[in-house]
Amino acid sequence: MSSHHLELTQVGIDFPTAKGPFTALKDVNLRINKGEFISLIGHSGCGKSTVLNIVAGLHQASTGGVILDNQEVNEPGPERAVVFQNHSLLPWLSAYKNVELAVKQTSNGRSKKEMKEWVEHNLELVHMSHAVDKLPAEISGGMKQRVGIARALAMEPKVFLMDEPFGALDALTRAHLQDSVMEIHAQLGNTVIMITHDVDEAVLLSDRIVMMTNGPAATIGEILPIELSRPRNRIELADNPQYNHYRHEVLKFLYEKQRKVESVDEHRKKQTEQKSETTQSNVA
Amino acid sequence: MSKQQTVPMIFNQVKQINWPSLNQFLSATALPIVGIVIFLGLWSLMAKNIDTSLGKFPGPSAVWQQSKVLVEEHNRQQDKAEKFYVRQNERNATRLAKDPSYEPKIRAFTGAPTFFEQIWTSLYTVMVGFLVASLLAIPLGILCGLSKNAYTAINPLIQLFKPVSPLAWLPLVTMVVSAVYVSTDPMFSKSFITSAVTVSLCCLWPTLINTAVGVSSIDKDLLNVSKVLRLNALSHVIKIVIPSSIPAIFTGLRLSLGIGWMVLIAAEMLAQNPGLGKFVWDEFQNGSSESLARIMVAVLTIGVIGFALDRLMLMLQRKVSWDKSAVLR
Repeated sequence: MSSHHLELTQVGIDFPTAKGPFTALKDVNLRINKGEFISLIGHSGCGKSTVLNIVAGLHQASTGGVILDNQEVNEPGPERAVVFQNHSLLPWLSAYKNVELAVKQTSNGRSKKEMKEWVEHNLELVHMSHAVDKLPAEISGGMKQRVGIARALAMEPKVFLMDEPFGALDALTRAHLQDSVMEIHAQLGNTVIMITHDVDEAVLLSDRIVMMTNGPAATIGEILPIELSRPRNRIELADNPQYNHYRHEVLKFLYEKQRKVESVDEHRKKQTEQKSETTQSNVA
Repeated sequence: MSKQQTVPMIFNQVKQINWPSLNQFLSATALPIVGIVIFLGLWSLMAKNIDTSLGKFPGPSAVWQQSKVLVEEHNRQQDKAEKFYVRQNERNATRLAKDPSYEPKIRAFTGAPTFFEQIWTSLYTVMVGFLVASLLAIPLGILCGLSKNAYTAINPLIQLFKPVSPLAWLPLVTMVVSAVYVSTDPMFSKSFITSAVTVSLCCLWPTLINTAVGVSSIDKDLLNVSKVLRLNALSHVIKIVIPSSIPAIFTGLRLSLGIGWMVLIAAEMLAQNPGLGKFVWDEFQNGSSESLARIMVAVLTIGVIGFALDRLMLMLQRKVSWDKSAVLR
């Protein structure tokens, strides 16, 4: 394959504000190979989610663009499935029906029986076969996120986008789900872009970690290839010097090179600004 | 000192014997009864002291008396109607026996409607008006919720017509219905159409506004899911928009039905639709010594039915809504 699978070229985005356009992202260039697992890491507000939303097609880049398999991305679609941070299952549908909705939309000429099997297969992949008829409100946060992943997988996406998929979960549940994601990635070989705040998670799961600079006009600061053999085991790696070196690199980037410290004064100033903005918008 | 000590001790004992169920029973059943008893006492006390040109204002006992009279009148009238149909059948049968080519004519009983028939007419009228309003308001509300432009265009009209009293609409509606609804053999009477249309005009707004608000405040993540799945407009509305705004739609529907029921009584008075409104009006014009008591029966009936309609909507909401955990009141 001469051209890359997924290409972000000179991607930038401006958001209109009362004080004129605000440049959130600038000159984001990234080439991703098929089957690669990419993590985006950076401080809050650095535009990680915006990058993901642009790839998903939920936001339109103001400059540059995204090309997936030689086609420009300009609207959302099931070939770029998204796992949202807050599971975003339809609360009135059971786990099965939530996945079924996605399957029906992307049926690819499947018969009814095949569709049913495909729904069940994907729920099995995320180990949720035991709760297919439960409503989202009746299952735990981790289980909801599993169903969310099953729904995304069921769309047979070319690219699998995850927006802090485990951010709202406790540490143990998170570890379980990370293992599940690694297992599924090994099995299906999807291209994955994952946003995370968690250094361990990024090193454990990724082929490359994309570290972003702070906004405004955020862009890619460094890219760290993770050359650890797969399958990876979190317990063995905990003692692995190479693994720790990678962690060190990411931590150094986040806390030394892109140190985000606000002096107390600055913080206060920001807060008052935000307050006046909200009151203004309320009046408007 | 000793007294001060015993009181808390008694309370402690009460707590130990696990009284919460009694407490619940007390607050759920006894307190409303207390409220009603106090109300009845005040009512009869006040009633005694109010003299009107139609005699004393009716107290609870006079009203109870009249409610029994109304039931009796209803039974008597039904009896009459039954006998009327029996006579009619006999007459037709004998004529048919004499002359086999005779085609029997069945005539409806033409006695004055009883109180219970009037209740039925009112319920029927309000339901038709409410249904028509809902069928207009829900789709329009969804449109307003989905499209900011539609909302901006329609909102001034909503704000303009929402506060208009049914009494202001009624003359216009009456004239329009008389002009437009011309038929030699009308399926519905004009008074019915006038009342129902007036109800519709007044109970459109709460459903419309609540639906629009519900639709416009759908969780953004769910909208993104819809986009990623590339749901078309119709399945977006059916699969995402309607289920997530069901609670708001029902809030609107309940408000609308309440308003519709209030409006109906006024509309019936003026349009002479043979329902509860007409009953009140006729009794008022009649001016007998029992009239006020009979009107009071109607007032209480209107209240009870209004309450029952609201509970009915609540039950429907419980049945339809996916969110069983939500507190509905």
